[in-house]
Amino acid sequence: MADVQDTGVAPILSAHRISKSFGEIPVLFSIDFDIRPGEVHAIIGENGAGKSTLIKILSGIEQPTSGSIHYDGRSVVLPPDGKAEAMGIVLIHQELNLAEHLTVADSIFLGRELRQGPFLKVGEMRRRAAEIMETLHVHVDPDARISSLSVADKQMVEIAKAISRDARVLIMDEPTAVLSVGETQTLFEQIRRLTARGVSVVFISHKLDEIMELADRVTVLRDGQLIATVSTEALTPDSIAQMMVGRELSNLYPPKHEPDVDEPVLLSVRNLATKSVSDISFDLRKGEILGFAGLIGSGRTAVAEAIVGLTHRTAGEIQLNGQVVNFTRVAQSVEAGLAYMTKDRKGKGLLLNMGLRPNLTLLTLQKHMRAGFLDTASEERALERATRRFDIRARDASVAVGRLSGGNQQKLMLGKTMESEPDIIIMDEPTRGIDVGTKQQIYHIIAALAAEGKAVIVISSELQEVIGLSHRVVVMRSGRIAGVLEGAEITEEEIMRYAAGIKQSGHDERISA
Amino acid sequence: MSVSAPEIPAKTTSRFKWDLKTIGPLAALALLVLLGITLNENFLTYNNITNVLARSSFIGIIAIGATFVITAGGLDLSVGSMAAVIAGVMIMVMNWLIPVFGIGWGVILAGMAAGVLLGGVAGVGNGIMITRGRIEAFIVTLGTMGIFRSLVTFLADGGTLSLNFQVADVYRPVYYNGFLGVPYPILVFALVAIAGEVVMRRTAFGRHCAAIGSNEQVARYSSINVDNVRLITYILQGVLVAVAVLLYVPRLGSASSTTGVLWELEAIAAVIIGGTTLKGGYGRVWGTVAGVIILGLIGNILNLQSFISPYLNGAFQGVIIILAVLLQRPKRAS
Ligand SMILES: Nc1ncnc2c1ncn2[C@@H]1O[C@H](COP(=O)(O)OP(=O)(O)OP(=O)(O)O)[C@@H](O)[C@H]1O
Ligand SMILES: [Mg+2]
Repeated sequence: MADVQDTGVAPILSAHRISKSFGEIPVLFSIDFDIRPGEVHAIIGENGAGKSTLIKILSGIEQPTSGSIHYDGRSVVLPPDGKAEAMGIVLIHQELNLAEHLTVADSIFLGRELRQGPFLKVGEMRRRAAEIMETLHVHVDPDARISSLSVADKQMVEIAKAISRDARVLIMDEPTAVLSVGETQTLFEQIRRLTARGVSVVFISHKLDEIMELADRVTVLRDGQLIATVSTEALTPDSIAQMMVGRELSNLYPPKHEPDVDEPVLLSVRNLATKSVSDISFDLRKGEILGFAGLIGSGRTAVAEAIVGLTHRTAGEIQLNGQVVNFTRVAQSVEAGLAYMTKDRKGKGLLLNMGLRPNLTLLTLQKHMRAGFLDTASEERALERATRRFDIRARDASVAVGRLSGGNQQKLMLGKTMESEPDIIIMDEPTRGIDVGTKQQIYHIIAALAAEGKAVIVISSELQEVIGLSHRVVVMRSGRIAGVLEGAEITEEEIMRYAAGIKQSGHDERISA
Repeated sequence: MSVSAPEIPAKTTSRFKWDLKTIGPLAALALLVLLGITLNENFLTYNNITNVLARSSFIGIIAIGATFVITAGGLDLSVGSMAAVIAGVMIMVMNWLIPVFGIGWGVILAGMAAGVLLGGVAGVGNGIMITRGRIEAFIVTLGTMGIFRSLVTFLADGGTLSLNFQVADVYRPVYYNGFLGVPYPILVFALVAIAGEVVMRRTAFGRHCAAIGSNEQVARYSSINVDNVRLITYILQGVLVAVAVLLYVPRLGSASSTTGVLWELEAIAAVIIGGTTLKGGYGRVWGTVAGVIILGLIGNILNLQSFISPYLNGAFQGVIIILAVLLQRPKRAS
């Protein structure tokens, strides 16, 4: 992994010996980084390595504690609050940054509305917004409110917004974390189009195959230190992973131990229907890991939310341990040993303005009561346990959860869900935004849960993950179950065939293994 | 997981951070006290201090209820008018019941019971419309504020409802007397404040209020019964308004359409000065107590000096409110 030598191309944007501390806490140590015109430069590293912080500095959102930034060959101090956009440096945040009440068109043109004198050219903006969304193959109405969109569509709106601002440097923080394979490909097409025009793209992702596919160069950060900047040709996914975590990563997925055929069925769903899904039937056995694959919007989350009582069910029957249950509130399902972990950690999972402790115990406060009062010491102990078990890394435990790195938020949410000691766990995108090392750890936790007799449903848009973990895979398409795969049938091609509607099976005969 | 782990795992740190956010209200309070002492030697007398605190205790008790409502992301604009209606109805009930119970504590206790009941019912009304009816708290309580206000005007027939003067004589000590030299209103205020602080900090209910105010969806996904918790905050608010009125009626022995005017704004101001966030998610009862006393002291100090017109009281309170919010706003990135 020889460092790429100066190729003679002058970088458009570069950082020299950048360090950053938040208060007393150092986060970046003397980082050198540069971006050349027309290249895709990926930044990778473990959760909390400082990737987001680095690109916030590169776009002026944060100011470095020391070091300098050069843009177009001149030393500059980038203006804060996204004003660097006017200079051609556009950032798409890891956290979606859209005003929920605006429409899609409003959001895309926010801050540089098209005007005729004092008046907005509303029609023109709507038309242009529709055009941009069209090139991205996103089918949303320019008049739709942001709040009504799915997370993936919101991400696409962010991307549309960034593309429409004549960026010279486009910086994206984990844009694909919430996208499915198809959407990711569309995004990559757009990125290639932009780089062909000379736009430079900085790109953070935990998905190593994407890095290999898209990036020209890769910069690896570990614990705030620059490990290396190398050109992608010199790399394999394994060598990147090794540089990231500082050791060899073998066996990303634990060995599968299929549950015995006579294990009891813990959860049985028959003909479930809601506003958005219909005719959902499946069984889940003790010790089983059941994957739910499908395109984004295929109804996987809707099924989970209907089961635990978060959304209203219009038809169907749910049995838990052979008993018909009818949850109308989450408290009831948690009580019955069934927990659901949302995929929307910012909107539905965590209280961003609060600390780690209240977040961890929010679901299970009853466990921490003594004589009617909260026992903070007991909560504190729970936090210590969860911190160890899930390797949650916060430099300061009193920090608001919103300040944790994305991956550590995800681990905290996993800890919160597991606090209720459920027998059945439904995890919606459990490794979203998590680095490979921690992913491996979470996969092993999931496998261990199954091995000790719990049952796990893993909803995931990462096919590799579904394939690597699941004993059986339910593939959903347009609100229905398109097929159920098991054993050797669980392959990428087969799942995609069902997910895309090329193949369809009468799945009734194989509801259960 | 990682081999090198300079990131220290989450560990327990001190629970208190002595930043401006925390000490702001206390520092302001201390400054006001110092100012009072230097301006007038009568400031620190027993009479002056008990007088300020006793007058502040009505707003204080109401503001403690408002702390819960606001922490849970709600708002109650109706408390001032609600206080007036409760005072009016209490007086009417007591006057009615004199033939039944005679002059004495029996009649007063009956009146108190009626007041608390009415406060609870008013809270249920507000709460049900907001949670089950899914109407904005601002709108609902703006509506009930008008309803309560005109109701008391109607009951008083445009004039004043006065408590039978013999009953008023028996009742009066509840405001003017005290225990070991501390007037009863101050004692009740202190008790409510301590209970409020404990409930906010140390019970699941308090935690749930903050969670709901912080993000209602997260609360729902975390198996909190959002509607019930919200409803309870409004009921608590109603009951605390009634408790304040129980102490207020013996002071004047009457109620009219001007009773409790602007109390809602004073209560909300005290809550905000105390450091509770107006949009919910974080509340502290002791801050509210400090806020109420700060507002009370401003008026008192203006009355005790002769350089500035006491008519500017409202202006000073306004400046303090804005300053409080300015000091407490979150630090911007960078
Ligand atoms: N505003 C802040 N105040 C205090 N600490 C912060 C702040 N922002 C980030 N940090 C800390 O800096 C470290 C690096 O965070 P950063 O978000 O850059 O990580 P990351 O590499 O993007 O991780 P992830 O892959 O999980 O998104 C973390 O420990 C984080 O808690
Ligand atoms: Mg990040």
